[in-house]
Amino acid sequence: MAKITFITTENKSIILEGTTGSLMQLAVDNSIPGIDGDCGGVCSCATCHVHVHPEHVEKTGEASEIETDMLELNDHYNEYSRLCCQIEINEKLDGVVLQVAESE
Amino acid sequence: MSENYSNNKTCVVIGASHAGVNFAFALRKEGWQGKIILFDKDPTLPYHRPPLSKAYLTSKDAIEKNVLKSQESYEKDNIILQLGTEVSSINRLKKTIVLHDGTTQSYDKLVLATGARPIIPSILGIEEASNLFPLRTAGDVENIRNSLAKSQHKRVVIIGGGYIGLEAAASLKKLGATVTILEREDRILARVTTPEMSTFFEDLHSNNGVEIHTNKNVISIKTSEGLNTIICEDNSTFKSDMIIVGVGIKVNIELARDAGLDINNGVSVDSTTQTNDENIYAIGDCTFHYNTHYDRFVRLESVQNAVDQAKVAAAAICGKNATYDAIPWFWSDQYDVKLQMVGLSTGHNKVCVRKEESENTKFSIWYFKDNTLLAVDAINNAKAYVLGTKFIKNQKRIDTSKLVDPFVDFKPANLVVES
Ligand SMILES: Cc1cc2nc3c(=O)[nH]c(=O)nc-3n(C[C@H](O)[C@H](O)[C@H](O)COP(=O)(O)OP(=O)(O)OC[C@H]3O[C@@H](n4cnc5c(N)ncnc54)[C@H](O)[C@@H]3O)c2cc1C
Ligand code: FES
Repeated sequence: MAKITFITTENKSIILEGTTGSLMQLAVDNSIPGIDGDCGGVCSCATCHVHVHPEHVEKTGEASEIETDMLELNDHYNEYSRLCCQIEINEKLDGVVLQVAESE
Repeated sequence: MSENYSNNKTCVVIGASHAGVNFAFALRKEGWQGKIILFDKDPTLPYHRPPLSKAYLTSKDAIEKNVLKSQESYEKDNIILQLGTEVSSINRLKKTIVLHDGTTQSYDKLVLATGARPIIPSILGIEEASNLFPLRTAGDVENIRNSLAKSQHKRVVIIGGGYIGLEAAASLKKLGATVTILEREDRILARVTTPEMSTFFEDLHSNNGVEIHTNKNVISIKTSEGLNTIICEDNSTFKSDMIIVGVGIKVNIELARDAGLDINNGVSVDSTTQTNDENIYAIGDCTFHYNTHYDRFVRLESVQNAVDQAKVAAAAICGKNATYDAIPWFWSDQYDVKLQMVGLSTGHNKVCVRKEESENTKFSIWYFKDNTLLAVDAINNAKAYVLGTKFIKNQKRIDTSKLVDPFVDFKPANLVVES
Protein backbone atom coordinates (compact mmCIF):
# COMPACT_ATOMS: atom_id res chain seq x y z
CA MET A 1 0.00 0.00 0.00
CA ALA A 2 1.15 3.54 -0.73
CA LYS A 3 0.06 6.88 0.71
CA ILE A 4 -0.16 9.49 -2.04
CA THR A 5 -0.78 13.20 -1.59
CA PHE A 6 -2.52 15.20 -4.29
CA ILE A 7 -2.35 18.98 -3.96
CA THR A 8 -5.21 20.54 -5.88
CA THR A 9 -5.01 23.74 -7.91
CA GLU A 10 -6.71 25.41 -4.95
CA ASN A 11 -3.84 24.25 -2.74
CA LYS A 12 -5.84 21.68 -0.85
CA SER A 13 -3.90 18.56 0.17
CA ILE A 14 -5.74 15.29 -0.19
CA ILE A 15 -4.07 12.13 1.09
CA LEU A 16 -5.15 8.86 -0.50
CA GLU A 17 -4.16 5.25 -0.08
CA GLY A 18 -3.76 3.00 -3.08
CA THR A 19 -2.60 -0.52 -3.77
CA THR A 20 -3.08 -1.21 -7.48
CA GLY A 21 -3.95 0.59 -10.68
CA SER A 22 -2.62 3.92 -11.84
CA LEU A 23 -2.43 7.20 -9.97
CA MET A 24 -4.99 8.56 -12.43
CA GLN A 25 -7.49 5.87 -11.44
CA LEU A 26 -6.87 6.58 -7.77
CA ALA A 27 -7.45 10.29 -8.35
CA VAL A 28 -10.60 9.77 -10.44
CA ASP A 29 -12.08 7.33 -7.96
CA ASN A 30 -11.62 9.95 -5.29
CA SER A 31 -12.82 12.86 -7.45
CA ILE A 32 -9.59 14.87 -7.27
CA PRO A 33 -10.51 18.04 -9.15
CA GLY A 34 -8.49 18.56 -12.30
CA ILE A 35 -7.80 14.89 -12.94
CA ASP A 36 -10.43 13.68 -15.43
CA GLY A 37 -8.76 10.72 -17.13
CA ASP A 38 -11.03 11.01 -20.16
CA CYS A 39 -9.13 8.53 -22.34
CA GLY A 40 -9.03 5.88 -19.65
CA GLY A 41 -5.27 6.01 -19.28
CA VAL A 42 -3.73 5.65 -22.73
CA CYS A 43 -1.86 8.95 -23.17
CA SER A 44 -4.49 10.36 -25.50
CA CYS A 45 -6.23 13.11 -23.54
CA ALA A 46 -3.68 14.74 -21.21
CA THR A 47 -6.42 15.32 -18.61
CA CYS A 48 -4.30 13.67 -15.92
CA HIS A 49 -1.40 16.15 -15.83
CA VAL A 50 0.48 16.46 -12.53
CA HIS A 51 3.77 17.89 -11.32
CA VAL A 52 5.69 15.41 -9.23
CA HIS A 53 7.36 16.91 -6.15
CA PRO A 54 10.99 17.42 -7.22
CA GLU A 55 12.25 15.20 -4.42
CA HIS A 56 9.97 12.33 -5.46
CA VAL A 57 10.91 12.04 -9.11
CA GLU A 58 13.23 9.22 -8.19
CA LYS A 59 10.25 7.20 -6.94
CA THR A 60 7.92 7.90 -9.85
CA GLY A 61 10.51 7.76 -12.59
CA GLU A 62 10.87 10.13 -15.52
CA ALA A 63 8.22 10.92 -18.12
CA SER A 64 8.26 8.76 -21.24
CA GLU A 65 8.65 10.27 -24.70
CA ILE A 66 4.92 10.30 -25.44
CA GLU A 67 4.14 11.97 -22.12
CA THR A 68 6.64 14.73 -22.84
CA ASP A 69 5.33 15.12 -26.38
CA MET A 70 1.76 15.42 -25.08
CA LEU A 71 2.70 18.00 -22.46
CA GLU A 72 5.65 19.99 -23.75
CA LEU A 73 3.56 22.72 -25.38
CA ASN A 74 1.15 22.92 -22.44
CA ASP A 75 1.19 26.31 -20.69
CA HIS A 76 1.76 24.56 -17.38
CA TYR A 77 4.48 22.16 -18.45
CA ASN A 78 7.65 21.91 -16.42
CA GLU A 79 10.39 19.34 -15.93
CA TYR A 80 8.31 17.56 -13.27
CA SER A 81 5.27 17.12 -15.51
CA ARG A 82 3.79 13.63 -15.84
CA LEU A 83 0.62 12.04 -17.15
CA CYS A 84 -0.29 10.26 -13.94
CA CYS A 85 -2.16 7.51 -15.82
CA GLN A 86 1.33 6.27 -16.69
CA ILE A 87 2.38 5.82 -13.07
CA GLU A 88 1.39 2.49 -11.58
CA ILE A 89 0.85 2.36 -7.84
CA ASN A 90 3.27 0.24 -5.84
CA GLU A 91 4.80 0.36 -2.37
CA LYS A 92 7.74 2.38 -3.66
CA LEU A 93 5.41 5.31 -4.26
CA ASP A 94 4.59 5.63 -0.57
CA GLY A 95 4.84 9.27 0.47
CA VAL A 96 4.81 10.75 -3.04
CA VAL A 97 3.37 14.25 -3.39
CA LEU A 98 1.77 15.39 -6.66
CA GLN A 99 0.59 18.84 -7.59
CA VAL A 100 -2.39 18.79 -9.96
CA ALA A 101 -1.52 20.99 -12.96
CA GLU A 102 -3.83 23.85 -13.93
CA SER A 103 -5.85 23.08 -17.03
CA GLU A 104 -5.05 25.09 -20.13
CA MET B 1 -30.05 31.44 -11.24
CA SER B 2 -30.60 32.14 -7.56
CA GLU B 3 -28.55 30.19 -5.04
CA ASN B 4 -31.12 27.60 -4.16
CA TYR B 5 -33.01 27.38 -7.40
CA SER B 6 -32.09 23.73 -7.80
CA ASN B 7 -32.83 22.70 -4.21
CA ASN B 8 -36.05 20.81 -4.82
CA LYS B 9 -35.51 20.14 -8.49
CA THR B 10 -34.80 16.88 -10.21
CA CYS B 11 -32.48 16.41 -13.13
CA VAL B 12 -33.00 13.12 -14.95
CA VAL B 13 -30.41 11.71 -17.34
CA ILE B 14 -31.19 8.95 -19.82
CA GLY B 15 -28.00 7.04 -20.67
CA ALA B 16 -25.16 6.54 -18.20
CA SER B 17 -22.05 6.30 -20.34
CA HIS B 18 -19.33 8.80 -21.25
CA ALA B 19 -21.79 11.64 -21.81
CA GLY B 20 -24.34 10.94 -19.07
CA VAL B 21 -21.88 10.12 -16.30
CA ASN B 22 -19.57 13.04 -16.99
CA PHE B 23 -22.62 15.27 -17.12
CA ALA B 24 -23.90 14.12 -13.72
CA PHE B 25 -20.61 14.82 -11.97
CA ALA B 26 -20.17 18.13 -13.80
CA LEU B 27 -23.68 19.18 -12.76
CA ARG B 28 -22.82 18.65 -9.10
CA LYS B 29 -19.61 20.55 -9.56
CA GLU B 30 -21.55 23.45 -11.07
CA GLY B 31 -23.59 23.64 -7.90
CA TRP B 32 -26.83 21.77 -8.65
CA GLN B 33 -28.31 20.91 -5.27
CA GLY B 34 -31.35 18.95 -6.33
CA LYS B 35 -31.68 15.31 -7.26
CA ILE B 36 -29.67 13.78 -10.07
CA ILE B 37 -30.91 10.44 -11.39
CA LEU B 38 -29.09 8.48 -14.09
CA PHE B 39 -30.92 5.73 -15.98
CA ASP B 40 -29.29 3.10 -18.16
CA LYS B 41 -30.55 -0.19 -19.49
CA ASP B 42 -27.04 -1.64 -19.25
CA PRO B 43 -26.78 -3.35 -15.84
CA THR B 44 -23.01 -2.79 -15.51
CA LEU B 45 -21.46 0.06 -13.52
CA PRO B 46 -20.69 2.59 -16.31
CA TYR B 47 -17.36 1.92 -18.01
CA HIS B 48 -14.97 3.26 -20.64
CA ARG B 49 -15.97 2.08 -24.11
CA PRO B 50 -12.75 2.67 -26.11
CA PRO B 51 -10.79 -0.13 -24.39
CA LEU B 52 -13.53 -2.64 -25.27
CA SER B 53 -11.98 -3.24 -28.68
CA LYS B 54 -8.42 -2.56 -27.50
CA ALA B 55 -6.59 -3.40 -24.27
CA TYR B 56 -9.67 -4.62 -22.40
CA LEU B 57 -10.51 -7.19 -25.08
CA THR B 58 -7.07 -8.79 -24.87
CA SER B 59 -6.86 -8.61 -21.08
CA LYS B 60 -8.41 -10.90 -18.52
CA ASP B 61 -9.54 -7.89 -16.52
CA ALA B 62 -12.99 -7.67 -15.05
CA ILE B 63 -14.96 -4.57 -16.02
CA GLU B 64 -14.35 -3.09 -12.55
CA LYS B 65 -10.86 -2.14 -13.71
CA ASN B 66 -12.39 -0.15 -16.50
CA VAL B 67 -15.18 1.84 -14.85
CA LEU B 68 -15.70 5.55 -15.44
CA LYS B 69 -16.22 6.23 -11.72
CA SER B 70 -16.21 4.04 -8.66
CA GLN B 71 -19.50 3.14 -6.98
CA GLU B 72 -18.47 5.29 -4.00
CA SER B 73 -18.01 8.35 -6.21
CA TYR B 74 -21.70 8.27 -7.13
CA GLU B 75 -22.67 7.93 -3.50
CA LYS B 76 -20.35 10.71 -2.44
CA ASP B 77 -21.84 13.12 -4.98
CA ASN B 78 -25.34 11.88 -4.25
CA ILE B 79 -25.95 10.75 -7.81
CA ILE B 80 -28.62 8.08 -8.08
CA LEU B 81 -27.78 5.30 -10.54
CA GLN B 82 -30.66 3.26 -11.89
CA LEU B 83 -28.93 0.58 -13.91
CA GLY B 84 -30.64 -2.18 -15.83
CA THR B 85 -33.57 0.20 -16.31
CA GLU B 86 -34.78 1.04 -19.79
CA VAL B 87 -36.68 4.25 -20.37
CA SER B 88 -39.68 3.74 -22.69
CA SER B 89 -40.99 7.22 -23.31
CA ILE B 90 -40.95 10.91 -22.46
CA ASN B 91 -44.05 12.93 -21.64
CA ARG B 92 -43.07 16.55 -22.23
CA LEU B 93 -46.39 17.99 -21.10
CA LYS B 94 -46.28 16.30 -17.73
CA LYS B 95 -42.48 16.49 -17.56
CA THR B 96 -42.16 12.81 -16.78
CA ILE B 97 -40.43 9.80 -18.23
CA VAL B 98 -41.94 6.34 -18.29
CA LEU B 99 -39.81 3.33 -17.42
CA HIS B 100 -40.07 -0.11 -19.01
CA ASP B 101 -42.14 -1.41 -16.10
CA GLY B 102 -44.64 1.43 -16.51
CA THR B 103 -43.57 3.49 -13.50
CA THR B 104 -42.96 7.18 -14.05
CA GLN B 105 -40.33 9.60 -12.89
CA SER B 106 -40.83 13.35 -13.03
CA TYR B 107 -38.13 15.81 -14.04
CA ASP B 108 -37.46 19.50 -14.05
CA LYS B 109 -34.55 19.13 -16.45
CA LEU B 110 -34.04 16.13 -18.69
CA VAL B 111 -30.81 15.18 -20.41
CA LEU B 112 -30.70 12.71 -23.28
CA ALA B 113 -27.39 10.88 -23.44
CA THR B 114 -28.73 7.85 -25.25
CA GLY B 115 -25.76 7.41 -27.60
CA ALA B 116 -25.99 4.85 -30.32
CA ARG B 117 -26.29 1.13 -30.95
CA PRO B 118 -24.52 -1.11 -33.45
CA ILE B 119 -26.22 -1.71 -36.78
CA ILE B 120 -26.97 -5.35 -37.43
CA PRO B 121 -27.42 -5.36 -41.21
CA SER B 122 -30.28 -7.34 -42.70
CA ILE B 123 -28.20 -10.08 -44.27
CA LEU B 124 -29.96 -13.30 -45.16
CA GLY B 125 -29.23 -15.89 -42.46
CA ILE B 126 -27.66 -13.44 -39.99
CA GLU B 127 -30.14 -14.39 -37.25
CA GLU B 128 -29.05 -18.01 -37.35
CA ALA B 129 -25.31 -17.34 -37.63
CA SER B 130 -23.17 -19.00 -35.02
CA ASN B 131 -21.19 -16.87 -32.55
CA LEU B 132 -22.03 -13.57 -34.19
CA PHE B 133 -21.46 -10.49 -32.04
CA PRO B 134 -21.53 -6.70 -32.24
CA LEU B 135 -18.96 -4.80 -30.14
CA ARG B 136 -20.35 -1.93 -28.12
CA THR B 137 -20.95 -3.10 -24.56
CA ALA B 138 -19.05 -4.89 -21.81
CA GLY B 139 -21.49 -7.77 -22.33
CA ASP B 140 -20.47 -8.02 -25.99
CA VAL B 141 -16.80 -8.31 -24.99
CA GLU B 142 -17.66 -10.96 -22.43
CA ASN B 143 -19.40 -12.96 -25.19
CA ILE B 144 -16.52 -12.52 -27.63
CA ARG B 145 -13.89 -13.55 -25.09
CA ASN B 146 -15.86 -16.63 -24.02
CA SER B 147 -16.63 -17.67 -27.54
CA LEU B 148 -13.01 -17.31 -28.61
CA ALA B 149 -11.75 -19.28 -25.63
CA LYS B 150 -14.09 -22.14 -26.55
CA SER B 151 -13.38 -22.03 -30.26
CA GLN B 152 -11.07 -24.71 -31.59
CA HIS B 153 -9.97 -23.12 -34.87
CA LYS B 154 -10.51 -19.49 -33.87
CA ARG B 155 -11.35 -18.32 -37.38
CA VAL B 156 -12.94 -14.90 -37.09
CA VAL B 157 -14.52 -12.87 -39.86
CA ILE B 158 -15.07 -9.20 -39.14
CA ILE B 159 -17.74 -7.56 -41.27
CA GLY B 160 -16.79 -3.90 -41.64
CA GLY B 161 -13.39 -2.23 -41.74
CA GLY B 162 -14.02 0.81 -39.53
CA TYR B 163 -12.02 1.70 -36.43
CA ILE B 164 -13.85 -0.78 -34.22
CA GLY B 165 -13.44 -3.58 -36.75
CA LEU B 166 -9.75 -2.85 -37.18
CA GLU B 167 -9.07 -2.58 -33.47
CA ALA B 168 -10.94 -5.82 -32.87
CA ALA B 169 -8.84 -7.43 -35.60
CA ALA B 170 -5.59 -6.36 -33.94
CA SER B 171 -6.79 -7.53 -30.54
CA LEU B 172 -8.13 -10.88 -31.73
CA LYS B 173 -4.92 -11.51 -33.64
CA LYS B 174 -3.05 -10.96 -30.40
CA LEU B 175 -5.33 -13.56 -28.80
CA GLY B 176 -4.31 -16.10 -31.44
CA ALA B 177 -7.24 -15.88 -33.85
CA THR B 178 -7.09 -16.07 -37.63
CA VAL B 179 -8.72 -12.84 -38.71
CA THR B 180 -10.33 -11.79 -41.99
CA ILE B 181 -11.92 -8.38 -42.55
CA LEU B 182 -14.62 -7.97 -45.19
CA GLU B 183 -15.21 -4.36 -46.25
CA ARG B 184 -17.99 -3.30 -48.61
CA GLU B 185 -16.29 -0.13 -49.86
CA ASP B 186 -13.15 -0.08 -51.99
CA ARG B 187 -11.03 0.85 -48.98
CA ILE B 188 -11.19 0.34 -45.22
CA LEU B 189 -12.09 3.36 -43.04
CA ALA B 190 -13.79 4.86 -46.11
CA ARG B 191 -16.45 6.62 -44.04
CA VAL B 192 -14.11 8.16 -41.51
CA THR B 193 -10.75 9.00 -43.01
CA THR B 194 -8.74 9.81 -46.10
CA PRO B 195 -7.28 7.35 -48.64
CA GLU B 196 -3.77 8.03 -47.28
CA MET B 197 -4.69 6.68 -43.84
CA SER B 198 -6.68 3.79 -45.30
CA THR B 199 -3.60 2.63 -47.19
CA PHE B 200 -1.43 2.87 -44.09
CA PHE B 201 -3.83 0.75 -42.03
CA GLU B 202 -4.32 -1.80 -44.80
CA ASP B 203 -0.58 -2.35 -44.92
CA LEU B 204 -0.33 -2.46 -41.14
CA HIS B 205 -2.92 -5.21 -40.88
CA SER B 206 -1.53 -7.19 -43.80
CA ASN B 207 1.91 -7.07 -42.21
CA ASN B 208 0.41 -8.42 -39.03
CA GLY B 209 -1.24 -11.32 -40.80
CA VAL B 210 -4.82 -10.04 -40.98
CA GLU B 211 -6.49 -10.61 -44.35
CA ILE B 212 -8.37 -7.61 -45.66
CA HIS B 213 -10.79 -7.92 -48.57
CA THR B 214 -12.40 -4.76 -49.91
CA ASN B 215 -15.39 -4.50 -52.28
CA LYS B 216 -16.97 -7.38 -50.40
CA ASN B 217 -20.68 -6.90 -49.95
CA VAL B 218 -21.90 -9.71 -47.70
CA ILE B 219 -25.30 -10.90 -48.88
CA SER B 220 -25.90 -14.07 -46.90
CA ILE B 221 -24.61 -16.35 -44.18
CA LYS B 222 -25.14 -20.09 -44.08
CA THR B 223 -24.49 -21.88 -40.84
CA SER B 224 -24.25 -25.54 -40.12
CA GLU B 225 -22.80 -27.26 -37.07
CA GLY B 226 -21.29 -24.06 -35.77
CA LEU B 227 -19.48 -23.23 -39.00
CA ASN B 228 -20.48 -20.05 -40.80
CA THR B 229 -20.11 -19.63 -44.54
CA ILE B 230 -20.23 -15.99 -45.46
CA ILE B 231 -21.29 -15.31 -49.02
CA CYS B 232 -20.54 -12.06 -50.83
CA GLU B 233 -22.26 -10.44 -53.78
CA ASP B 234 -19.37 -11.43 -56.09
CA ASN B 235 -19.95 -15.09 -55.06
CA SER B 236 -16.77 -15.32 -53.00
CA THR B 237 -17.18 -17.22 -49.74
CA PHE B 238 -15.43 -17.15 -46.37
CA LYS B 239 -15.60 -19.69 -43.56
CA SER B 240 -15.59 -18.71 -39.92
CA ASP B 241 -16.29 -19.91 -36.39
CA MET B 242 -17.06 -16.42 -35.17
CA ILE B 243 -18.35 -13.23 -36.79
CA ILE B 244 -17.96 -9.71 -35.48
CA VAL B 245 -20.21 -7.07 -36.95
CA GLY B 246 -18.69 -3.61 -37.12
CA VAL B 247 -20.60 -1.81 -39.85
CA GLY B 248 -21.43 1.35 -37.97
CA ILE B 249 -24.01 2.62 -35.55
CA LYS B 250 -27.58 3.79 -35.42
CA VAL B 251 -28.29 6.79 -33.22
CA ASN B 252 -30.72 6.18 -30.37
CA ILE B 253 -33.16 8.93 -31.33
CA GLU B 254 -36.44 7.08 -30.82
CA LEU B 255 -37.30 8.56 -27.38
CA ALA B 256 -36.62 12.08 -28.64
CA ARG B 257 -38.42 11.57 -31.94
CA ASP B 258 -41.52 10.10 -30.30
CA ALA B 259 -41.57 13.05 -27.91
CA GLY B 260 -41.64 15.40 -30.89
CA LEU B 261 -38.16 16.84 -30.48
CA ASP B 262 -36.36 18.07 -33.59
CA ILE B 263 -34.30 15.32 -35.22
CA ASN B 264 -31.75 15.73 -37.94
CA ASN B 265 -29.29 12.85 -38.26
CA GLY B 266 -29.37 12.90 -34.43
CA VAL B 267 -31.13 14.96 -31.79
CA SER B 268 -30.81 18.60 -32.85
CA VAL B 269 -29.28 20.83 -30.21
CA ASP B 270 -28.07 24.42 -30.10
CA SER B 271 -24.64 25.51 -28.95
CA THR B 272 -25.68 25.12 -25.29
CA THR B 273 -26.82 21.51 -26.02
CA GLN B 274 -30.47 22.50 -25.54
CA THR B 275 -33.10 20.83 -27.73
CA ASN B 276 -36.20 22.63 -29.00
CA ASP B 277 -37.75 21.95 -25.57
CA GLU B 278 -36.19 24.38 -23.07
CA ASN B 279 -36.18 21.73 -20.33
CA ILE B 280 -34.54 19.01 -22.41
CA TYR B 281 -30.87 18.85 -23.35
CA ALA B 282 -29.00 16.25 -25.39
CA ILE B 283 -25.29 15.34 -25.33
CA GLY B 284 -22.83 12.87 -26.82
CA ASP B 285 -23.11 10.48 -29.74
CA CYS B 286 -26.86 11.06 -30.08
CA THR B 287 -26.60 14.76 -30.95
CA PHE B 288 -26.56 16.66 -34.19
CA HIS B 289 -24.85 19.92 -33.31
CA TYR B 290 -23.18 22.97 -34.73
CA ASN B 291 -19.41 23.18 -34.73
CA THR B 292 -18.38 26.82 -34.56
CA HIS B 293 -14.85 26.22 -35.69
CA TYR B 294 -15.82 24.40 -38.88
CA ASP B 295 -19.05 26.35 -39.39
CA ARG B 296 -21.24 23.36 -39.99
CA PHE B 297 -23.51 20.83 -38.31
CA VAL B 298 -21.99 17.49 -37.36
CA ARG B 299 -22.69 14.32 -35.45
CA LEU B 300 -19.59 12.88 -33.82
CA GLU B 301 -18.81 9.53 -32.26
CA SER B 302 -16.11 10.29 -29.76
CA VAL B 303 -15.30 10.52 -26.08
CA GLN B 304 -14.14 14.11 -26.56
CA ASN B 305 -17.53 15.19 -27.87
CA ALA B 306 -19.40 13.31 -25.14
CA VAL B 307 -17.31 14.79 -22.33
CA ASP B 308 -17.17 18.35 -23.67
CA GLN B 309 -20.89 18.51 -24.37
CA ALA B 310 -21.54 17.09 -20.90
CA LYS B 311 -19.67 20.00 -19.33
CA VAL B 312 -21.51 22.56 -21.46
CA ALA B 313 -24.90 21.09 -20.58
CA ALA B 314 -24.08 21.09 -16.86
CA ALA B 315 -23.06 24.74 -16.93
CA ALA B 316 -26.05 25.75 -19.05
CA ILE B 317 -28.53 23.99 -16.76
CA CYS B 318 -27.01 25.81 -13.80
CA GLY B 319 -27.66 29.09 -15.58
CA LYS B 320 -24.09 29.81 -16.56
CA ASN B 321 -22.85 31.02 -19.90
CA ALA B 322 -21.50 28.09 -21.83
CA THR B 323 -21.23 27.32 -25.49
CA TYR B 324 -19.85 24.28 -27.18
CA ASP B 325 -16.82 25.36 -29.17
CA ALA B 326 -14.48 22.39 -29.22
CA ILE B 327 -12.08 21.12 -31.82
CA PRO B 328 -12.82 17.41 -32.19
CA TRP B 329 -10.14 14.86 -31.35
CA PHE B 330 -10.01 11.10 -31.43
CA TRP B 331 -7.55 8.25 -31.09
CA SER B 332 -7.16 4.62 -32.06
CA ASP B 333 -4.66 2.02 -30.85
CA GLN B 334 -3.85 -0.97 -33.07
CA TYR B 335 -0.85 -3.28 -32.51
CA ASP B 336 1.96 -0.92 -31.49
CA VAL B 337 0.54 1.94 -33.53
CA LYS B 338 -1.12 4.93 -31.94
CA LEU B 339 -3.26 7.13 -34.16
CA GLN B 340 -4.23 10.54 -32.84
CA MET B 341 -6.49 12.78 -34.87
CA VAL B 342 -7.49 16.37 -34.35
CA GLY B 343 -9.88 18.47 -36.37
CA LEU B 344 -12.21 17.54 -39.22
CA SER B 345 -10.54 16.92 -42.56
CA THR B 346 -13.70 17.09 -44.70
CA GLY B 347 -13.35 19.72 -47.41
CA HIS B 348 -9.56 19.71 -47.58
CA ASN B 349 -7.87 20.41 -50.91
CA LYS B 350 -4.24 19.95 -49.93
CA VAL B 351 -2.45 17.19 -48.04
CA CYS B 352 1.07 17.37 -46.58
CA VAL B 353 2.88 14.36 -45.18
CA ARG B 354 5.73 14.68 -42.73
CA LYS B 355 7.81 11.58 -42.01
CA GLU B 356 10.16 11.66 -39.04
CA GLU B 357 13.62 10.15 -39.05
CA SER B 358 12.97 7.35 -36.61
CA GLU B 359 13.38 3.60 -36.38
CA ASN B 360 9.68 3.01 -35.84
CA THR B 361 6.93 4.30 -38.11
CA LYS B 362 6.32 7.89 -37.16
CA PHE B 363 4.57 10.37 -39.41
CA SER B 364 1.75 12.85 -39.63
CA ILE B 365 -0.70 13.89 -42.32
CA TRP B 366 -1.78 17.51 -42.41
CA TYR B 367 -5.00 18.49 -44.18
CA PHE B 368 -5.45 22.02 -45.48
CA LYS B 369 -8.15 23.96 -47.25
CA ASP B 370 -6.12 26.49 -49.16
CA ASN B 371 -3.94 27.94 -46.40
CA THR B 372 -6.12 26.91 -43.49
CA LEU B 373 -5.16 23.86 -41.48
CA LEU B 374 -8.26 21.70 -40.98
CA ALA B 375 -6.99 18.51 -39.38
CA VAL B 376 -3.98 16.37 -38.50
CA ASP B 377 -3.66 12.61 -38.33
CA ALA B 378 -0.60 11.60 -36.34
CA ILE B 379 0.85 8.11 -36.31
CA ASN B 380 3.06 7.39 -33.27
CA ASN B 381 3.62 11.10 -33.16
CA ALA B 382 2.02 12.87 -30.21
CA LYS B 383 4.12 15.93 -30.94
CA ALA B 384 2.48 16.40 -34.34
CA TYR B 385 -0.93 15.91 -32.74
CA VAL B 386 -0.28 18.55 -30.09
CA LEU B 387 1.21 20.99 -32.59
CA GLY B 388 -1.71 20.46 -34.94
CA THR B 389 -4.15 21.13 -32.09
CA LYS B 390 -2.40 24.41 -31.29
CA PHE B 391 -2.28 25.55 -34.90
CA ILE B 392 -5.92 24.73 -35.57
CA LYS B 393 -6.99 26.53 -32.40
CA ASN B 394 -4.92 29.65 -33.06
CA GLN B 395 -5.62 29.53 -36.79
CA LYS B 396 -1.94 29.99 -37.53
CA ARG B 397 -0.65 29.92 -41.09
CA ILE B 398 1.96 27.27 -41.61
CA ASP B 399 4.98 27.14 -43.87
CA THR B 400 4.29 23.81 -45.54
CA SER B 401 7.73 23.45 -47.10
CA LYS B 402 9.23 23.54 -43.61
CA LEU B 403 6.45 21.36 -42.25
CA VAL B 404 7.31 18.43 -44.54
CA ASP B 405 11.05 18.70 -43.90
CA PRO B 406 11.97 16.30 -41.08
CA PHE B 407 15.21 18.18 -40.52
CA VAL B 408 13.30 21.28 -39.46
CA ASP B 409 12.77 20.90 -35.73
CA PHE B 410 9.10 20.35 -34.87
CA LYS B 411 8.50 23.61 -33.02
CA PRO B 412 5.84 26.31 -33.49
CA ALA B 413 8.44 29.01 -34.07
CA ASN B 414 9.94 27.08 -36.99
CA LEU B 415 6.67 26.43 -38.76
CA VAL B 416 4.42 29.43 -38.31
CA VAL B 417 4.37 32.10 -40.99
CA GLU B 418 4.36 35.45 -39.23
CA SER B 419 1.82 37.73 -40.83
C1 LIG C 1 -15.48 -0.58 -29.19
C2 LIG C 1 -15.48 0.92 -29.20
C3 LIG C 1 -14.28 1.62 -29.29
C4 LIG C 1 -14.25 3.01 -29.30
N1 LIG C 1 -13.05 3.66 -29.35
C5 LIG C 1 -13.01 5.01 -29.24
C6 LIG C 1 -11.77 5.71 -29.18
O1 LIG C 1 -10.69 5.13 -29.26
N2 LIG C 1 -11.80 7.06 -29.02
C7 LIG C 1 -12.97 7.76 -28.93
O2 LIG C 1 -12.94 8.98 -28.77
N3 LIG C 1 -14.16 7.12 -29.01
C8 LIG C 1 -14.20 5.77 -29.15
N4 LIG C 1 -15.42 5.12 -29.20
C9 LIG C 1 -16.65 5.93 -29.22
C10 LIG C 1 -17.08 6.32 -27.81
O3 LIG C 1 -17.10 5.20 -26.98
C11 LIG C 1 -18.45 6.96 -27.88
O4 LIG C 1 -18.32 8.15 -28.63
C12 LIG C 1 -18.99 7.28 -26.51
O5 LIG C 1 -19.24 6.09 -25.81
C13 LIG C 1 -20.25 8.11 -26.60
O6 LIG C 1 -20.80 8.26 -25.34
P1 LIG C 1 -22.35 8.52 -25.13
O7 LIG C 1 -22.52 8.57 -23.66
O8 LIG C 1 -22.78 9.68 -25.95
O9 LIG C 1 -23.11 7.28 -25.75
P2 LIG C 1 -23.01 5.72 -25.45
O10 LIG C 1 -21.66 5.37 -24.99
O11 LIG C 1 -23.56 5.05 -26.65
O12 LIG C 1 -24.01 5.51 -24.23
C14 LIG C 1 -25.39 5.64 -24.33
C15 LIG C 1 -26.01 4.90 -23.18
O13 LIG C 1 -27.41 5.13 -23.19
C16 LIG C 1 -28.09 3.95 -22.82
N5 LIG C 1 -29.45 4.05 -23.35
C17 LIG C 1 -29.84 4.31 -24.63
N6 LIG C 1 -31.17 4.33 -24.72
C18 LIG C 1 -31.66 4.08 -23.48
C19 LIG C 1 -32.97 3.96 -22.93
N7 LIG C 1 -34.06 4.13 -23.67
N8 LIG C 1 -33.08 3.68 -21.61
C20 LIG C 1 -31.98 3.51 -20.83
N9 LIG C 1 -30.73 3.62 -21.29
C21 LIG C 1 -30.57 3.89 -22.60
C22 LIG C 1 -27.26 2.86 -23.45
O14 LIG C 1 -27.45 1.64 -22.76
C23 LIG C 1 -25.84 3.39 -23.28
O15 LIG C 1 -25.21 2.93 -22.12
C24 LIG C 1 -15.47 3.73 -29.22
C25 LIG C 1 -16.68 3.03 -29.14
C26 LIG C 1 -16.69 1.65 -29.13
C27 LIG C 1 -18.01 0.92 -29.03
S1 FES D 1 -5.84 9.60 -18.73
FE1 FES D 1 -5.72 10.32 -20.76
S2 FES D 1 -3.63 10.84 -20.89
FE2 FES D 1 -3.75 10.08 -18.88
